[in-house]
Formats: sequence, C-alpha cells, structure tokens
Amino acid sequence: MHDDLKDLLSSLAEEVAAADSVSALEAVRVETLGKKGRLTGLLKQLGALPAEERSERGAALNAVKQTLGELLEARAATLRDAEIDARLARERIDVTLPIRPEAEGRIHPISQTMDEIVAIFGQMGFSVAEGPDIEDDFHNFTALNIPPEHPARQMHDTFYLPERPEGRNLLRTHTSPVQIRTMSTRQPPIRIIAPGRTYRCDSDMTHTPMFHQVEALVVDRSTHFGHLKGAITEFVRAYFELDDVPVRLRPSFFPFTEPSAEVDIGCSRKGGELKIGSGGDWLEIMGCGMVHPNVLRASGIDPDVYQGFAFGMGIERIAMLKYGIPDLRTFYDSDLRWLRHYGFVPLDVPTTTGGLAR
Amino acid sequence: MKFTLSWLKQHLDTDAPVRVIGETLTMIGLEVESIDDFQALRGFVVAHVVEAVQHPDADRLRVCTVDAGGEILKVVCGAPNARTGMKAVLARPGLTIPATGDVLKKGAIRGVESQGMLCSARELGLGQDHDGIIELAADTPVGEPIPEVMGLDPVFDISITPNRADCLGVRGVARDLAAAGLGTLKPMPVEPAPGGYDSPVSVVLERPDACPLFVGRHIRGVVNRESPDWLKARLASIGLRPISALVDITNLLSIDLARPLHVFDADRLTGGIRVRMAQEGETLAALNDRTYALSGEMIVIADEAGPQALGGVIGGTPTGCTGTTVNVFLESALFDPLRIAATGRLLGIDSDARYRFERGVDPASARTGAEIATRLILELCGGEASRLVVAGAEPDWRRSIPLRPARVGQLGGVDVPVGTMARILSNLGCEVTDGDGALSVSPPSWRGDLNAEHDLVEEVIRIHGFDKVPAVPLPRGPMPPVALTLAQRRRNWARRVLAARGMMETVTWSFMPSAQARLFDGGGADLLLANPISADLDAMRPSILPNLIAAAGRNAAHDMPDCALFEIGPQFHGGAPGEQKLVAAGLRAGVTGPRHWDLKPRPVDAFDAKADAMAALSAAGVAVDRLQVAADAPRWYHPGRSGALRLGPTVLAWFGEIHPKVARDMDVRGPLAGFEVFLEAVPEPKSVSASKARPLLRVPSFHPVTRDFAFIADVRVDAEAVVKAARGADRKLIADVRVFDVFEGANVGEGRKSLAVTVTLQPTERALTDAEIEAIAARVVDAVGKATGALLRG
Repeated sequence: MHDDLKDLLSSLAEEVAAADSVSALEAVRVETLGKKGRLTGLLKQLGALPAEERSERGAALNAVKQTLGELLEARAATLRDAEIDARLARERIDVTLPIRPEAEGRIHPISQTMDEIVAIFGQMGFSVAEGPDIEDDFHNFTALNIPPEHPARQMHDTFYLPERPEGRNLLRTHTSPVQIRTMSTRQPPIRIIAPGRTYRCDSDMTHTPMFHQVEALVVDRSTHFGHLKGAITEFVRAYFELDDVPVRLRPSFFPFTEPSAEVDIGCSRKGGELKIGSGGDWLEIMGCGMVHPNVLRASGIDPDVYQGFAFGMGIERIAMLKYGIPDLRTFYDSDLRWLRHYGFVPLDVPTTTGGLAR
Repeated sequence: MKFTLSWLKQHLDTDAPVRVIGETLTMIGLEVESIDDFQALRGFVVAHVVEAVQHPDADRLRVCTVDAGGEILKVVCGAPNARTGMKAVLARPGLTIPATGDVLKKGAIRGVESQGMLCSARELGLGQDHDGIIELAADTPVGEPIPEVMGLDPVFDISITPNRADCLGVRGVARDLAAAGLGTLKPMPVEPAPGGYDSPVSVVLERPDACPLFVGRHIRGVVNRESPDWLKARLASIGLRPISALVDITNLLSIDLARPLHVFDADRLTGGIRVRMAQEGETLAALNDRTYALSGEMIVIADEAGPQALGGVIGGTPTGCTGTTVNVFLESALFDPLRIAATGRLLGIDSDARYRFERGVDPASARTGAEIATRLILELCGGEASRLVVAGAEPDWRRSIPLRPARVGQLGGVDVPVGTMARILSNLGCEVTDGDGALSVSPPSWRGDLNAEHDLVEEVIRIHGFDKVPAVPLPRGPMPPVALTLAQRRRNWARRVLAARGMMETVTWSFMPSAQARLFDGGGADLLLANPISADLDAMRPSILPNLIAAAGRNAAHDMPDCALFEIGPQFHGGAPGEQKLVAAGLRAGVTGPRHWDLKPRPVDAFDAKADAMAALSAAGVAVDRLQVAADAPRWYHPGRSGALRLGPTVLAWFGEIHPKVARDMDVRGPLAGFEVFLEAVPEPKSVSASKARPLLRVPSFHPVTRDFAFIADVRVDAEAVVKAARGADRKLIADVRVFDVFEGANVGEGRKSLAVTVTLQPTERALTDAEIEAIAARVVDAVGKATGALLRG
C-alpha cells in the first residue's frame, strides 16, 4: 500500500476515534464514504489510472474502505453503549422509597373460627343449619324442656321484645332453637351444626350482650354418649391442632339434654400463662349431652326410636383460647388496630386438607 | 353451697384426702368452685416464747426469744400480750402474710434484728382479731404446722345444678360421695320428739295446691340464748353469722339437710295460723329489715292480724324470735316451687329458703325436719314440746320406674354390669328390685328429679364415671356431603372478596341507639327491646351502616380517619322470627390511602362504594354486567351521589355517599361512602346441580377495531343510557362500549356535558371494510341520538 493511503487510513482512524457522538461519527462517515466523500472521490479516480496500476490501487482502496467500515461500526457500537450507559445514569431512582400503598383487608376472628369449625365438622358429615336471631318462647325455651318458671330460665338473662298478642318474642339466648327448627322440618338421620349470634342481658369483663355460639345436633337410631365424647375429642384436637389435648366430660345439668356434661380441656397455667395441652389443669369450653326425650318429642321425633347428642360452644371463647386474644369485649370494638392484628388475611381459607391456620 | 370437711364427715365416714374429695365431687357433677384448705398457712408453725424482754429503744416493743422446734430465733413483737412462756404462731422470713400479701423480710426494728414475726388472727386471715397475737394452748407441740394444730377445717365451695335440690344440704353431698365409693353414709335415725300437750296454735291450709303440707309444733318455756360453740363454729366456718340458738338451728338444718324452717315467737301471734294467698294491699315487714307490698299470687303464713311470713321465702319481724322469746311455734312446711320462684322474683328476695323451695324440698323432710329441729331446740334452749300439728298431707312421691339394663349401654355407650347399676341406684337411696327383664326402681323422697328411665341411665353413668365411657369416633360415610348451602358459600365468597379489596371485616351489635335507628327508617316500637342492656343499645338495627358509621367515628377519634369496614350479618324489619335480612354492608371513610410520594390519596366517593357492592354481588353469583343502575337509593344516602343496583324489579344493593345530615346527626365527619348488599335477594341458579362446565371458548381470528365517539348531551343523560344505546346499534359486531371521558364546561355549553365512548367491534367471519365500519359508526351515532338526544361533537 502506498504511503498516501496509509496516511489516509491513519488520519481517518483518528477522526473515527475522535467522534464522540453518533452524529459526529455519522459526519465522519459522510465525509469519507458519502457521495462526495474523500474515499469515494479516490475510488472515482481509479478509472483514470492505467490498467496495470488500477487493480493494485483498487484493491488497496477497497482494503481501506473495509477497514474504515469496520472502524465506524466498532465506534458506533461503543457510542451506542455509552449512550445507554448515560441513560442508565440519568434514570437512577431511589429504590429505598416505599412501594405504592396496597389496601389489605382482614377476616374477623369470629368468621375465621366459624370457618374452621365448619371445616372440621364438615369432615364428620355435618352440614350447616341456621335460624333467626329473634325467637319465640317456644323454640328458645319450652320446646327445649325449659317450662315457664323453671329456674333454668333465670340463668339465661333474656332480652325481650315488646308484648304482642301472640306472646312476647325474645333474642335467642343460645343457638339451641335451631335444634328444634331442624328436627321439626327434617327426618333423622340428622347431623348439623348451627353457628350464629346469641344474646344475653349481661355485660362485664367476661360477658358481652351479644356473642356467638355453635350448636351441634346428631339424631339417629344409635348415636350414644361415647360418640359424643369421640366427636368432641376429635374436634378439640383438630381445632387446637394438638394431638394430645386431654378432654374430659364432667356431669352437669341442662334441661334439654340428659345425661348432660360440661367439657373441660387440658391446659397449664404455669407462670400465669394459659397454654392448651396436657398441663395438669382444666379449662371448661362447652356444654353437651344426649338430647332429652322431651326435646325430641316437642319436635315430633319418637324418643323410643331415635336418640342423639347436642352441644353448644362459645365461638369467641375458643377463638380467644387458640389465638391468644385476651379480652372478649374487644371483638366488637371495630378498632382498626385490633382488626389488623387479630384478623386473618382473606386467602387463608381454613380446610382440613390444607390446614386450618398458618 | 359451702361446707367444711368436718361437717361433711358428720354424714360421711371417709379417710379420703381433701384433694380426692374435691376431684370426686367435680366428677360426679357437684362442681368444685374452690377449696380453701389453708395452703397459705403452710409454713406458719407453733413457737414457744422462751423469753420476752423489753426492747432497749421502744416502750411498746418486746424482744422475744422463741423456740420454733429446735431453732432459736429473736423476734421483735409489738403485741401487748407477748410474754414469756406463751405458745404463739411464728412466721419466718420468706413467708407471705395472708392478710397483706406481703412477703416477710428479715429486718431490724429500732436497731434490734428480728428474725420473724409472731402473728395475730387477722394477719393470718382467720378473723378480725388484731388486739394481740394468737395465743395457743400451753400444751401445743412446738414446730408443728398451724393448720393442723389449730384444727383449721378445709372449706369446700361447690356449685349445685338446678336439678340437684337434694345436694343443697351437706347430707345429700355426702350421699353422692358415698355412692361414688368415697366412704359410707352414716345412718341418721330420726326419733320423734315426745309431745306433752296440744299446740295452742292451730293451722289451716286454704290452698293445698300452694302449700300441701304444714307440720307445726308449739314449744313452751325456751330460753333463746347464744348457741353453743360447736354450732357457732359450724355456721361461722362457712361464713354465716351466728345470731341466737333458735335462728342458728333453722340455718343449720337448711344447710345440713336442705330443710328450711321458720320459728315464730308464739306469744306475738294473734290467734291461729292460716296459710293463704296474700291480698292486694297487704304488707310484710320482713326479717331483712325491708317492707314488701304483697299481691294475690304470693303465699303467706298469716294469723288473725295479717301476714306474718312469706311462705318459703322469708319471715316477718313482728313475730320473729328475740332474746326474750319464751314460747315458739315451729314451721316445717312444703310449698309449690313455682309460686316460691315467682314470689322471690317479683319481690327480689334471694333467701336460702327460696333457693331450696324453688328447686324442690324433700317432701318427707317436713316431718323429719320438725322432729330434728324440736330435739335441737329442747337440747339448746330447754322447754317443752307440744304434739305435732299436721295440716294437709305429704304428697305421694312414691313411684316405680322400669330400667332396662340394655338402655344404659345404648344411650350411655358404656357396659355396666346389672349388679353395679343396682348398687349405684340403691346407694343413692332408690329401692331396686328385679322386675321382668328390667330393674324396677323407686326413687327416694328427696330425688324429685328422677322420673323416667333416662334419668336413671344418667345416674348410673354419672356415678359409674363419665371417664369410663370410651370415646368413639362418629361413624363416617364414604365421602361427606358439602357442609354449606349455596347461599352460605356465596356469603363466604363475598366476605373474602370484600376483605381482599382491602376492607376490614368487623362484627357489631345487632342493636343500636333508637335515635340512630330512626335515621335509617328503623326504631319502630316492635323492634325496641323491653330490657336493653343500656339506653344506647335499645333498638334492633334496621341497617348495619349506622354501626359502621359509628365505628368509623370511633376510629377517627383515635386518629385513624381513613378506614374501610364491612360486616355481614342480620338487619331487622319486624319483631317476629324471620323478619330479618342477611346483608353485606360496607363503609369507606376519609381518603383512599395514606399520603404517598407518588400516589395522591383522594376522598372516597360513591364509585368506591359501587365497586365494592358490585364485587360483593359478583362473588355472590350475580352477572354484574346485567345489573341496572338507577339513582334511587334510600334517604340516608346523598340524593345526588347514590344509586340502586337491580336485576329486573329486585333491588340487590344500594350504594353511595352517606347523606351529610345523617353523618352530622351521628356526629361523624365525612367523606363517607357505603353500600348495602342484600345477599338473600340474589337469585338462585335454576338448577343447583347444573353442570360446572364453561361454554366453549371461541377466540376470534380477526383483529378487533375500535372507534371513539364524543357526544354532547344534556347533563341529566345517564352514561348508562348512552352505553346501552351504542351497544344496541349492532348486537353482533359491537363487543364492548366504554366511557373514557366525561366533562362539563363553558365550551360544551350550559347544562350540557361531553361524554366520550370507545366502541370495540369484533368481526367474527371476515375483516371489516372501511365502508362497513363507517356504516356501523353512523348507526351508533344514530342510536345514541335517538335514545338520549345526544349529538356527535362537531
């Protein structure tokens, strides 16, 4: 290659290297390889050369052109990268800033606990029945073997509605009227649970005028006291998610069951902290018993053929025990801090196959 | 029901420790509330005061050298009776003093080290005596624990269920324990007290239904002195105050044998006794120092001067016994439990007598109680007894109940040998004979609660032991049915969808202040509680919203003005069972979120509430694109910013901003936007068992085309009317119509608005030509114009 071309190539290479932007590089390209570019000009002059020189000069020029092209492309790539690098620097954000707020709701512990109870008893073949909050005397008391003037009525602290010609209605004091409504409309075999609101005219540290219960009722030809014990034991262990909770039934009295029992579960109170499990102490959680023949009779079921059990349990109470909620009254405060803290995320749907609680 | 161990042992021969007695009581249904066995006094010991000398620096203090059983201690004591040679109660440092709850520390008193404390009765919680330290008998052994040497008697407090009237006496408790194998019931033969003359007081029963039997006895020449120590101690041990021998004897029989009695001062009675119903206007000055106005449903023991006692409830002061009483008339009667309960409730009297009579007193105890009480009166007060006066007759309580042994296993789920059944029942006082394939069981007079076979089954397994019943899992079918109905599942879906939208589920009272209920068309007379827990919870709620509004107000008062709450529960429109609706109600208050560097919060509005309502309805199974929206929500919503969601004529929901006057009347600051979804109004699917299969998905093979239209319409034209008309322009090709811009302003003219929609055409068979698209566009403009008067913006 002639020295003039060597010089040309090195000066072009310097110009390419000196181009500090895509546009400056383009200017170099136009000035050299454009229609009026220097290299284009030299190529145009080839025709004027003698044939013997022409081929040699042509090859040399083409080599310069190709090298220049490669230099331009390499420089362009460098400049494009630099441009992105510059953009990246410009686009830097403070990733420590907080995310956009996302509203996150909660399920109330009462609803969640009811869903847990349904999941467990659903496995045992129970279905969910419901009844009205406002009840009549018959369903709340008389049909449940609590005649007027019975001392047990005084245990109930009933809320009454105004006198009507057909009698005074009341707010149900327990979910047991659903037993009557179920048995009056369905034939055995019956296996239902009935969760719902209940009311008693009582308000202090451990009582609220409204609370929730779940009732269970089984009626068929053969369910006996041992089945009651079995069902409750299975429930307690499944609900508290502990295999070894001791369960004991202790004789008691309810007008609508006989035999009647109160159910205690094992716990420990060491150091003032209540812990469910085998700890040598007992904690009462519900009342239960075999359905009283008078109750079956009041619902049109023959007690000589059918028998079964029933129990009623406070939902807030077992929610407090499982989830360590200290104060019953706070369940009804609608305090956002409480709801967020003790509530459950909406996707935590309790199932017995997938687990009841995280 | 309280009694002490030694009292129990009057009836029960047993060596069982206190703990075992307590556990057994609980496991046979006599639930122990507490046992005070003076555990707090373990550690306190008998000390001999070897020497008591004057404190060098204090006139009133003595320095005692005490021997606590081999250990010699120096104790500073301020009691006036501390002296050399006495036996006292010593507390060493580290013990907790029961009266104060303080732990005793070693310390120096006026420069002299004290290594313990000599205690007064009050300090030990054994009485009020604080004049000096306890002085024990001289022969009390040194170093022995105090509970033993002082003979402190463990006190049981048990709760008796309403069916066990017999256990309202210590003997009944003892009998149950004996039946449960914890000893033997001691016999209690009742010898009639000899009567030497005819009672000058006669008894006439006017109402055998209310008082079937009255056993009376005149006793003359008594001295109503202080009771002897054993009787005073026994009453005091369970917290009863001894009064006088005559009164203490009646209290003793009430607690011991569940037999209430009354003793009249016979000299203050006028003429004979009539047991009759009270008459309106009569009064009784009762022994509790209150005077009661009586009414015709109350049974009274009257003389010729009028009522002198409320039968079975309380006695009267004018004829009560005093220290000067000489001649008495003893009453041991039977009363109708229902009348006693009603009388006690009407007058608000809770007496031991009422408590026992309303649960049922042993009918045979009218006579035996009179005999036992007579003997005690003669023994403690002297005097001479008349012959018994018996009016009426003992009701026939004898009955025979067959018990088929197989029923115990069938109902109770436990195998109990027939012999065991018979033994248990006879230990409880029943007469048991073998019948034809069944036991024939005659309950005793004191077990009025045993009336049928299932009562006996309960007794057998109660005494046999509930803990012996094996727990058997409920038999399961091959696969359990779905536990919830469709409506219940829909409710749960709505609940979780609302929570997933950021709302907090809450639970509020079913009742509320009637003044607030009236703001929501409630508070009617048939929904007011007759006995509300408080004046501000007196009306059944006609809507859940006011409770949520009040809750938002409470949260705002705690500096949490922005909240989203919802509740799913009942609201009430009538006072009869079933006059309630299941509603999902929600409320958003304040702004949409916290202040944020990127997202500006905005005040909540009707569209937030509308979105919540539609989400809940969608979760509950409603095809929300078929809902009709109209601006006619009830009056507690903002009239211009609220609406109803309907399917045909059925209202499924209301939504909107809360009326500012309602917010003002409830004293809560806005903005507030709420909704009420009527879950039970959501139509059921035609068939619950319908196939779950979805319709086949057909993905169109041609690109959709969109065209925008800006209409100028009267401001009153509903957006939904425009959208509907546009959609109707070509039902086959128009797949979607969406409002993307709405504005009012001077440039569109007074009373007019601009409403821009984008219409999506979805060709299904072939691509559309420009001419076809133009033709549809023209039909859209035409249809919207016809339906709403809106014109395409020029």
